[in-house]
Amino acid sequence: MLRVKNLQVHYGMIHALRSVSVHVKEKEIVALIGGNGAGKTSLLTAVSGLIRTTSGEVALDGSDVTKEKADRIVRKGIAHVPEGRHVFKPLSVEDNLLLGAYHRFTWRTASVIRGEIERVYALFPVLGERRKQPAGTLSGGEQQMLVIGRALLSHPKVLLLDEPSMGLAPKVIREIFEHVARLRAERGMTILLVEQNARAALSIADRGYVLETGRVVLQGSSEELLANRDVQRAYLGRDAER
Amino acid sequence: MPFSSILQFIVSGVTVGATYGLTALGFTMIYNTTGIINFAQGEFVMLGGMLAVFSMKWGGLPLPVAVPLSVLLVTAVGVGVDRLTIRPMRGRPTVSLVIVTIGVAILLRGGAMLLFGKDTHSLPPFSEGPAIPIGGAALLPQSIWVLGITLAVLVAMKLFFDRTITGKAMLACACDRKAASLMGINVDVMVTVSFAFSALVGALGGVILAPITLTAYDVGILLGLKGFAACILGGLGNPFGAVAGGLIIGVLESLGAGFLSSGYKDAIAFVILLALLFLRPSGLFGKASADRV
Repeated sequence: MLRVKNLQVHYGMIHALRSVSVHVKEKEIVALIGGNGAGKTSLLTAVSGLIRTTSGEVALDGSDVTKEKADRIVRKGIAHVPEGRHVFKPLSVEDNLLLGAYHRFTWRTASVIRGEIERVYALFPVLGERRKQPAGTLSGGEQQMLVIGRALLSHPKVLLLDEPSMGLAPKVIREIFEHVARLRAERGMTILLVEQNARAALSIADRGYVLETGRVVLQGSSEELLANRDVQRAYLGRDAER
Repeated sequence: MPFSSILQFIVSGVTVGATYGLTALGFTMIYNTTGIINFAQGEFVMLGGMLAVFSMKWGGLPLPVAVPLSVLLVTAVGVGVDRLTIRPMRGRPTVSLVIVTIGVAILLRGGAMLLFGKDTHSLPPFSEGPAIPIGGAALLPQSIWVLGITLAVLVAMKLFFDRTITGKAMLACACDRKAASLMGINVDVMVTVSFAFSALVGALGGVILAPITLTAYDVGILLGLKGFAACILGGLGNPFGAVAGGLIIGVLESLGAGFLSSGYKDAIAFVILLALLFLRPSGLFGKASADRV
């Protein structure tokens, strides 16, 4: 469904991505793991069109979207939930969700979209309780649910999730990951997940890629990666000698 | 001092205050989309009046044609300001963009001076007819135009930001451009539209005020600053507050000029502005911003 081929990204002199190729099949959850500065976020922002690529190709369902701008790429079906959540703080929870459906909002679709917003409230009841509150007053976990809900309202074919666990308590992280797993199980969502928390990410993913300094150094099924000694030592915090 | 004079001060204060309110609405429009305070807003007001005057004088156009033409031209100027000065600076800090608007203001003012000269001009009133007496004070027919148009623009803008998805998308651009573009919002287009609208609103203020007070190449400075004071008074970003702030400043100014001396007239707006920035920086109707990170 989503295919990234030989993608290169530069920030000025810094070579952030060096010929990275990854792919995500339909209804698959794929995890991208790696340390700080490995290029995980660069990859997602390049795919969603927020940053320019130097070379390489991003294709969705076989059609090339590499040179498109971010606001066009959403329309094609790639929804990006950025790192740090980026809710529209002064706007209400409801307006945040509504804006998720911005690109397909017309007077004719308005009532359908209202119904979809209610479905997001059914998925995340806490958002329904706070629908009139400014999004900036929500807790971190609630904001994370809000941005996931907002992304769903764009009717994506592929959901890009960047560090959904960032800054959250362990209990909330578990809850968020359960929701992500359910999105695939119940809605058949295709998900590319970037995480520092490698164990949590691999526990719900089918496959994973390990990025280091802008390169894919390892790839395989989640079980293979969880069992891999290098991965264990570097990202799972387990002593390889044991 | 007789009651009728006090009433007269209030009536003329409300009229002038309404145009401060319109200017403030222009500020609000751009602020809500970009977070920028557009210091060229006063020049849009000046251009509105001056272009109407000169399309009558040079073009021989009748008033009902000159007014919409002038508003249209200023709207185009607003688009030009965005495309030529703001868009190339995209991604720079807000402060830099605010300074750019100060430069634009100086440029527009200078351009108007070279083109139109330094004389002061006036437009004929929109509708003929005697002043309407109310309780000993006289209400000019033009004042009714001013109040009516201000009210209409206020209601339209309030509905736009509260009820339409485009209005909400504009607000989204101001709080988070990156996230806005991820929603499929074309941020560049939204910014251009906000400049167009705010130039339009400013020009409207300029043409409806010109028959009451005189207009000249340099009226934009004071009008802009007072409109800004009105914005701060009402709470930045809030259309209702902007107009209320404008009316309050207009009335206080007019009363001050009547009771103290007309020499203090312009000082009043700035005393209010300073006092507010010290005491209540979020404005009379502004909510103190609170968010978690």
